[in-house]
Amino acid sequence: MKKLISVKNAVISVAALILIWQAAFAVSSFDSALFPSPLMALKALGEMASSGVLLSSIGASLYRFAVGYSISVISAVLLGMILGRLPMLFQYIDPAVQLLRPISPTAWMPFIVLLFGIGDLPAIVIIFIAAFFPVLLSTVAAVRNIDPIYLKVARNFGIKQPQLTWKVIFPAAFPQIANGIHLALGTSWIFLVAGEMVGAQSGLGYQIIDARNNIRADMLLATILVIGVIGILLDGLLKLAEKRILRAWGGAV
Amino acid sequence: MYIEVKDACKSFVQDGKTFTALDHVSLDIEKGEFICLLGPSGCGKSTLLNALAGFERVSSGSVKIDGSEVTEPSVRNITIFQNYGLLPWRTVQKNIELGLEARKLPKTERSAAAKKYLSLVGLDGFEGRYPRQLSGGQQQRVSIARGLAADPDILFMDEPFGALDAITRMKLQDDIRRISRSEKKTVIFVTHDIEEAVFLADRIVVMMADPGRIKSVVKVPLGSHRDRTNEDFLYVRDKIFELFNMKSDSYIEYNI
Repeated sequence: MKKLISVKNAVISVAALILIWQAAFAVSSFDSALFPSPLMALKALGEMASSGVLLSSIGASLYRFAVGYSISVISAVLLGMILGRLPMLFQYIDPAVQLLRPISPTAWMPFIVLLFGIGDLPAIVIIFIAAFFPVLLSTVAAVRNIDPIYLKVARNFGIKQPQLTWKVIFPAAFPQIANGIHLALGTSWIFLVAGEMVGAQSGLGYQIIDARNNIRADMLLATILVIGVIGILLDGLLKLAEKRILRAWGGAV
Repeated sequence: MYIEVKDACKSFVQDGKTFTALDHVSLDIEKGEFICLLGPSGCGKSTLLNALAGFERVSSGSVKIDGSEVTEPSVRNITIFQNYGLLPWRTVQKNIELGLEARKLPKTERSAAAKKYLSLVGLDGFEGRYPRQLSGGQQQRVSIARGLAADPDILFMDEPFGALDAITRMKLQDDIRRISRSEKKTVIFVTHDIEEAVFLADRIVVMMADPGRIKSVVKVPLGSHRDRTNEDFLYVRDKIFELFNMKSDSYIEYNI
């Protein structure tokens, strides 16, 4: 029943969005080639799908996303687990992290293109940067916030490293780490598109630039819709995985 | 002597003020005794327990168990905490096996031990539950089972029933007395509940605050079958009450 209600809400919400779009199209004085209607965007989507551009773009983007995001999350969690246990070291690293963190990953883009050229690598690097800091900081905070009683119990029962890390510290910190991983997913997906707009010759971000260059606003909007839908799907997928793990670990789900 | 505390002192500095948690505390405990450390908050009873359990070191003096100085926690002496200390991501079974994993016992032996001690605390059939699915009393039973499964010599208990309702608390008091006898464990039990101390202890160590010190050690002259409504029980309880009242009288005078 709850599910049904949320589906109903989603349908209403999306329908309202399309309606507003249609209304804006009806009253706007722009050329329809520059500001197309929902139907025109849908047709463009069909065109992209049948020519195979859509699928290959999605494939290229997802590949870069999977590689960049997973490398970033794994390295940030590993480093965060270590730094969380070494507050003496972290106090020297934290200022540098705080300096780098507010820099938009896109600001690095020209530099990255200079170093790595055009292709998969710049997009992967930008996703890496986008996901790295939130995951690192939430992992460090999670490890530091572990209820000291778990560590006391582990000490009492003679559990030493490395068991201490994977039997006690990681599962105790996991809910908060998962939070960071989840937040980073949305950010990474956003910056993937930005990265592809500058540093790639394929992928959804590149499709947007390509559509602009060909003055195909219908294709541009269709691509934007695809980006949004995939963003939602990735988020849902991660939520599902998170729930699975938390349930397996007896967390409150 | 099995457990020997000699001239133990411990002080903390808090907001620039020195706070003496233990002031020249000396105490001897024999193997198999059930000792209650009783006193108001700030009397150093938990500090003394932590020093015995190896979680904290005393500033001066010595704390010895079985002839050797206590420097760190040992799996020979298990502490039971007020908030249970169960790992929420593990099932009851896996929680109880925790102490056996460090000893590298084979899986079948671990599982058998877990079942045995779960049954001893009256929780047969709860193996697959998670801590959050249990009541506070049940969680503390699991924690006790986990402690016993490690087969320690001493059980340190830090206000273990402090968070439980009165009836659950009495049931657990009955059980911990029965278990400590049947399993032949030395128990050091911290509480601020006079009745609890009289019901459980062979000897009660009465402590006072500011600075934290031992006021007296009272041998409880009651047998192994104790009845909370029995005349002798009430007599001992009143005697302990008096020990504390003397302190409060002096406070009243001071306040007037």
